[in-house]
Amino acid sequence: MIKVEKLSKYYGPVKAVNDLSFEVSRGEVLGFLGPNGAGKTTTMKMLTCYLPPSSGRATIFGYDIMKDSMEVRKRTGYLPEKSPLYSDMKVNEYLPFVARLRGVSRERVRSSVDMAVDSCGLGSVFGKMIGHLSKGYQQRVGIAQAIIHDPELLILDEPTIGLDPKQIIDIRQLIKSLGTDRTVILSSHILPEVNQVCGRVIILDKGRLVAVDTPDNLREKLRKFPVTRVMTLPAAVDVSTADILNGIEGVTGVRETACDGNISNFRVESLPGMDLRNDIARRLVAAGVPLIELRNEELSLEDIFIQLVTEEKD
Amino acid sequence: MRKFTAIYSRELKYYFRSITAYVVISIFLVLSGYFFFSIFRFYNVLSLQAIKNNDFSGNLNLVDGVMRPVMGNISVILLILLPLLTMRLLAEEKKQGTFELLLTYPVSDLEAVAGKYLSALTIFAVMLSATLLYPVLLLVFADPEIPPIISGYFGLFLMGASFIAIGTFFSSLTSSQLVAGVSTFGVSLLFLIIGWTAPLAGPVLSSILSEFSILVHFESFSKGVIDTKDITYYIFLTGFFIFLTLRSLESARWRS
Repeated sequence: MIKVEKLSKYYGPVKAVNDLSFEVSRGEVLGFLGPNGAGKTTTMKMLTCYLPPSSGRATIFGYDIMKDSMEVRKRTGYLPEKSPLYSDMKVNEYLPFVARLRGVSRERVRSSVDMAVDSCGLGSVFGKMIGHLSKGYQQRVGIAQAIIHDPELLILDEPTIGLDPKQIIDIRQLIKSLGTDRTVILSSHILPEVNQVCGRVIILDKGRLVAVDTPDNLREKLRKFPVTRVMTLPAAVDVSTADILNGIEGVTGVRETACDGNISNFRVESLPGMDLRNDIARRLVAAGVPLIELRNEELSLEDIFIQLVTEEKD
Repeated sequence: MRKFTAIYSRELKYYFRSITAYVVISIFLVLSGYFFFSIFRFYNVLSLQAIKNNDFSGNLNLVDGVMRPVMGNISVILLILLPLLTMRLLAEEKKQGTFELLLTYPVSDLEAVAGKYLSALTIFAVMLSATLLYPVLLLVFADPEIPPIISGYFGLFLMGASFIAIGTFFSSLTSSQLVAGVSTFGVSLLFLIIGWTAPLAGPVLSSILSEFSILVHFESFSKGVIDTKDITYYIFLTGFFIFLTLRSLESARWRS
């Protein structure tokens, strides 16, 4: 339903977006991930028909963003970065105003506003001036204006930036619930956020697509060597825990990482596709080494991100 | 049409909520009232002298003696105050970032510009019609000629409409309200005084300069003559700057 083909955008001599191609299917929550200046916002601005691409094309629900811009705009909800709003309007004036601009029919304006207010939890501030609201509520108003016409596609540019932790959790929850019946594209440079909310991630760096996949798949692909963390207490008999671990079939490397009091920590690397937890546990216990913790290390999205972005540079 | 009325009524509401409208309208009325008062006082003195000196009385009438100078002064107040009314129209949206949202709504540039332009024009119409009190006062106590007053007001309205169009255009060019206001004032002033150099220029240039002048075209209105040439001039000037505003919005998408 969204098809982006070789989309590029120049700001003067600077190429902000470089030959970007991807597809998004209906009902998907897609995350744009990348450092500042990676081209996330520019891509979103092009998809919302605010900026024309320098080259390439994009279609949304079969409508070209350049040729059928009005059709695209009717079906898309957009929350720009920093959530620009008319601070001199009350919430109960602003939302009907946006609904009219969005072309919601006269009879449906009221129900659309009610729906947006309910979804975004704005009931308590409905009669208040937008300029007097807290940042979190302003962000909710921003999201409310984006969903007021019940768009099939929702584009949110850094929707949780500048919010306090409680507000961030609320907004994420809101985005998750919105994503159940529509397509959502959101950008962020906060990795856990993308991990929690998005079904698929596009990693951008310097305007180029570095990787696109589900967070789990990205993790799987990039886990070159599975790593198992082992924590033990000193053994009663004199044995070397490192030697025992090295002796297990499939282990490619053992490193003692830290010693905290009498607790020893080991980082065990093994061959791809192997899960050695069972073997490690059996061998250590058999050798009389008190095992207090054993876990496979999860590659965080941060690790993936750093790995991909630095690989690009190499 | 609904999108246009949404923008129009929002803008109108803003003018009154932000007290801009109250400030501009009241300052306008204080100044124009002062001009009316002082010109009328002067006319009074002149009339008293005319009673004593019979040769003078034939040239005195309320339209030439009071209303024309008052309207001339009103046009100068408009030149100063209307840029203050128009400078925020688009510049503020650009500064706040709401301009970006507006352009991603399924609203045509024409609907957006028309809503904003007509809201400022409405405020201007309100403030201009409040000054109708002056000719009404004259009507109560004397017997001025009515047609030149009506045509004069029509001319003032057209003049204000073109100042507002110039203002809308400059507001679309920048995110700084100050820059928009000063540019509007400068360009409007230029259109007002461009005819001054006409007598010094050669025959061709002279007629071109006076054709461009807002004041030259206003003159016949204030004399009670409604000429299609003058109406066309104001409509063209207004239409031209509205057209430029639309092109400027369109280019905002392309230039960035």
